[in-house]
Amino acid sequence: MSTVRTRVTTITGHRLFWPLVVLLVLLAANTVHRPSFLSVELKNGHLYGSLIDIVRLSAPLILVALGMSLVIATGGIDLSVGSVVAVSGAVACLYISEQPDQDSLGGVLTALALAFGIALLLGAWNGVLVAVIGIQPIIATLILMVAGRGLAQLITSGQIITVNSGPYRTIGVGHLLTLPFAIVVALAVTLVVAVLTRRTALGMIIEAVGGNAEASRLAGVRSRRITFLVYVVSAACAAVAGFMMTANVSSADGNAAGLWVELDAILAVVIGGTSLAGGRFFLSGTIVGALIIQTLTTSVYAMDIDPQTALLFKAVVVIAVCLIQAPAFRARLRRRRPSTVAPAPAAEKQKEQVPA
Amino acid sequence: MSQRHPVLTMTAISKLFPGVRALDGVDFRLFPGEVHALMGENGAGKSTLIKVLTGVYDTDAGTVTLDGAQVSFAGPMQATAAGVSTVYQEVNLCPNLSVAENIFIGREPRRLGVVDWRETRRRAQALLARLDLHIDVTELLGSYSLAVQQMVAIARAVDVRARVLILDEPTSSLDADEVAQLLRVMRQLRDEGIAILFVTHFLDQVYAIADRITVLRNGRLVGEYLTADLPQIALVEKMIGKELDALERLDSEAGRDPAAVAAGKALVEADGLGRAGSVAPFSLTIHQGEVVGLAGLLGSGRTEVARLLFGADRADRGRLTVAGRPAAVRTPVAAIERDIAFCSENRRTEGLVGELTVRENIILAMQAARGWLRPVPRRRQDELVQRWIEALSIRPADPDMPVRNLSGGNQQKVLLARWLITEPRLLILDEPTRGIDIGAKTEIQRLVAELSDGGMAVLFISAELEEVLRLSHTVAVMRDRQMVAQLANDDSLDADRVMRAIASGAQQEGLEKA
Amino acid sequence: MTTTPLAARAERAWWRVPQRHVPVLATLALLLVMYGVGVSQYRAFSNVQVVFNIFIDNGFLLVVAVGMTFVILTGGIDLSVGSVVAMTAMVSASLLRDGLHPALVLLIALLIGPTLGFAMGCVIHFFDIQPFIVTLAGMFFARGMCTWISSTSVPIADGFWTSVAQARIRVGENFVTVSVLIALAVVAVAAFTLAYTRLGRNVYAIGGNQQSALLMGLPVGRTRIAVYTISGLCSAVGGILLSFYTLSGAPLIAVGMELDVIAAVVIGGTLLTGGSGYVFGTVLGVLVLGVIQTLITFDGTLSSWWTKIVIGGLLFAFILLQRLVGIRTK
Repeated sequence: MSTVRTRVTTITGHRLFWPLVVLLVLLAANTVHRPSFLSVELKNGHLYGSLIDIVRLSAPLILVALGMSLVIATGGIDLSVGSVVAVSGAVACLYISEQPDQDSLGGVLTALALAFGIALLLGAWNGVLVAVIGIQPIIATLILMVAGRGLAQLITSGQIITVNSGPYRTIGVGHLLTLPFAIVVALAVTLVVAVLTRRTALGMIIEAVGGNAEASRLAGVRSRRITFLVYVVSAACAAVAGFMMTANVSSADGNAAGLWVELDAILAVVIGGTSLAGGRFFLSGTIVGALIIQTLTTSVYAMDIDPQTALLFKAVVVIAVCLIQAPAFRARLRRRRPSTVAPAPAAEKQKEQVPA
Repeated sequence: MSQRHPVLTMTAISKLFPGVRALDGVDFRLFPGEVHALMGENGAGKSTLIKVLTGVYDTDAGTVTLDGAQVSFAGPMQATAAGVSTVYQEVNLCPNLSVAENIFIGREPRRLGVVDWRETRRRAQALLARLDLHIDVTELLGSYSLAVQQMVAIARAVDVRARVLILDEPTSSLDADEVAQLLRVMRQLRDEGIAILFVTHFLDQVYAIADRITVLRNGRLVGEYLTADLPQIALVEKMIGKELDALERLDSEAGRDPAAVAAGKALVEADGLGRAGSVAPFSLTIHQGEVVGLAGLLGSGRTEVARLLFGADRADRGRLTVAGRPAAVRTPVAAIERDIAFCSENRRTEGLVGELTVRENIILAMQAARGWLRPVPRRRQDELVQRWIEALSIRPADPDMPVRNLSGGNQQKVLLARWLITEPRLLILDEPTRGIDIGAKTEIQRLVAELSDGGMAVLFISAELEEVLRLSHTVAVMRDRQMVAQLANDDSLDADRVMRAIASGAQQEGLEKA
Repeated sequence: MTTTPLAARAERAWWRVPQRHVPVLATLALLLVMYGVGVSQYRAFSNVQVVFNIFIDNGFLLVVAVGMTFVILTGGIDLSVGSVVAMTAMVSASLLRDGLHPALVLLIALLIGPTLGFAMGCVIHFFDIQPFIVTLAGMFFARGMCTWISSTSVPIADGFWTSVAQARIRVGENFVTVSVLIALAVVAVAAFTLAYTRLGRNVYAIGGNQQSALLMGLPVGRTRIAVYTISGLCSAVGGILLSFYTLSGAPLIAVGMELDVIAAVVIGGTLLTGGSGYVFGTVLGVLVLGVIQTLITFDGTLSSWWTKIVIGGLLFAFILLQRLVGIRTK
């Protein structure tokens, strides 16, 4: 009996429990609304269906949110990802549109490399401002958030650049091994980030810096390098997301591409259980968070609600998630019902306060 | 003087924290027109007593009377309103506001609901003139030195018609001139009839200004004395205490032969190392296999010495030599590269990453040294972590438990394990046995002895003289941010001699070792 | 006097400007230089009406920036302002379309913003959640409300609204609109509040050191909630001014305005970490943005995106300046 109860509490206590419940509820609501929602079919060797669409459309957000997770884990924030999305998409499309043969694979690859390189420079700029000059992350990345948009429009000369390139289109809407190419890319990047952070010691060191910067310094961690690195990684992820978004519509709009993606990404990270204060980060949680946001958007479309009105739901989700995570809110709840949480940490804290 | 009635009386005050009796039946009284020093080491209960007085904490037993009426404040604000004001070490004012505004904010003189700036300035000037301070009150507070800020804080405190003024370590970050100025202001206020409770670590200042001294130790009252009747050496004795604790004798104690160790190879040599505003230049040699104990009162500069040797703070003068080679140790990374390790006294803020697990905290320094691209292989992690959890008997023996859930003693052991796996040549331990239970304490002491027998050099910082004497080959004594003596721990050295050095800064003993 | 060694430290060289004025003076100098460039390059630029037009075109931005100044002075941030401006304009337009009396519409429109601001302030203070996240939710909420009211633009044909919008107040040979007078009144009230009332001084104290403010017995919670309410009120006024300016309510108007507002406040010399800054600086910041736009319009060959790039560059310069001034203080 009691073991059942402890098992239940370990399940409900798991950090992915509530996000997954929300995701399932959203999916269930969609299925009730339209019973064919869950069906996935194989046409011409490609998988189709609403579920596949949701994952495909959430691929760019997943990418941006992965990079954002690392930045937030160090206790920072990156507001400039939307602008980096716009710049990288614009550079890639501009380069391809000036090619004599837009379908040439070499040309597309050069365009991607060029845009990726520029994104890395932008990430390095953020990294220098935060890690070397020591400007607060929210302020430092605000600069590029504002100027980057202008830069993207400068690159596209304020026009919407349309490209007609088969290889580039593939990134957004193509298929590989029955799966949409975007999903494959998202999986690959997820894998790279996961390996980069969990197979090396990067993840632990990021968490150490975000968890206690001074203790990390005294343990010999070169925290500046780490901080610099996460902003570069964040920009790199945003660049790939930029390719996807522009390839999806085969055009680059410096003004609209990646607009508000930074806010969605931060939201996805927070829903996934990573604290904005830094420390532990959860890539799996971030991905679930991104899926929730995309499912919400898709559901709103499917139910014929104005997409902008979806923002109302989003507002509710943001506040609910943050309240659940906020210690002050939890404390208020706990005061109402007696707590069974082990008092060990609290006791230690008070003991440490005693010395004169 | 004691014919008058005390303005403040605290009787049989007790305060319990989970697992600790912070105050145990303490009495304290304060007369108008006197400076009363409250003395005691770490954990003696000074802060707790002040917090009980000002209403930050409730008492578990005992009474507080102010002017004969029993009081119980709900918080510092209420205490201030009743005439009991506190000025803390870290100036709790707003550096971005003007001096005048800092004195009056929250109770600015107003006309028709509008802040009357001219009146504010005039009154601020008058108030500061009373403290013999003539500065431009329209300047931002942040543009003045800490001493001036401190005095502005005092001005704010006494303007609320304070009868009791609590100064909690106001002089910690001031230089000699500034201290003199502050003491002058204190005398002035005392002569106006204000009762001053003065907490400080500096013995000179106590003897320069205090009329009366109350000493606390381990939450108990040791006694109340007139300054004139209490020589410095007696005061130090009363603060530190001489009773031998019931620790078993360490096995290796017989082998502590200072002469043999000092003849060995010098590992770390500091030559005139110092940092302005932190610690005066000092020279210190630590040999292989030597335990150097750093004794001194709280705030005497013990931690600062450790931080300079580890590069946690940057030295601005002097030279450091490690294993015969000049070493510019400006960052912890540079120190770690030279096999120096440092366990900070503030485990929670400067030591462990609470959110991470025991395993991750133990691996952290080793991993940082390898760089993130070369992770310590999982098998090796398990092996190392398991070995040290067993060797130090860390409880619970769960490597995947977040370290913040461990008790203080076990956290200390985790921090030790972090550095021991890096196999340092010099291990700096700042108060490693503070706030942990007696069993863990003995284990850590035994470990230090074993490490030194194995050839590791240890700089051992502790407020407990017995512990320092038991473990060290050499005892370096700190006083008022200076290293005043280095004493070889031979048969002739006992607690009395160390205490004399702490109390008087006995220069004649200073060169014994060199 | 024995105090001379201490007092001497506070004395400053005669040429040194008080540090707190450095950022504002830098902005003023920048504004004058930019205006000078404009006058020397284009003859029409010297026309006084050019200056008035900057005020006319940016009146609503100025009002919102004043509210943001309060929030940033406490060390907070309010991302919801753009959406609240749009929501206010939207609510006004739709209520007027439904035939409500203009006075009642004004009252309702003026209440919505502060209410939302008050709610956000309460969440920020009582649950200790970062202002960034709470006001982000507020931004989503207000923008969602806009489209919920109407997914298309709603024109305003009300007599009172059109007459206020079209009124021209002559100043010599030139003219301003009613909106400019309202904006200047808001600036005056805000400047007075910050300099001469306890609320204003508490705002500065909290931005300087919240912990100290608490220990000095200042009403920290009340003040923090108040600044978000004030910011909401300013956004509401800004929304009404915008509806005068465009004579419509549109669901996607003022998107990204919060960035312009924050940029104006920072360029105006207010520290984003709080505790230092003036409403006067914010006025200068808004004028700098206005002059940049005007210069780019006058030039004709430069495109509008240069505005963003220049603003980004200025942000960088001023944040760097603040950082350097900050280092010198320590």
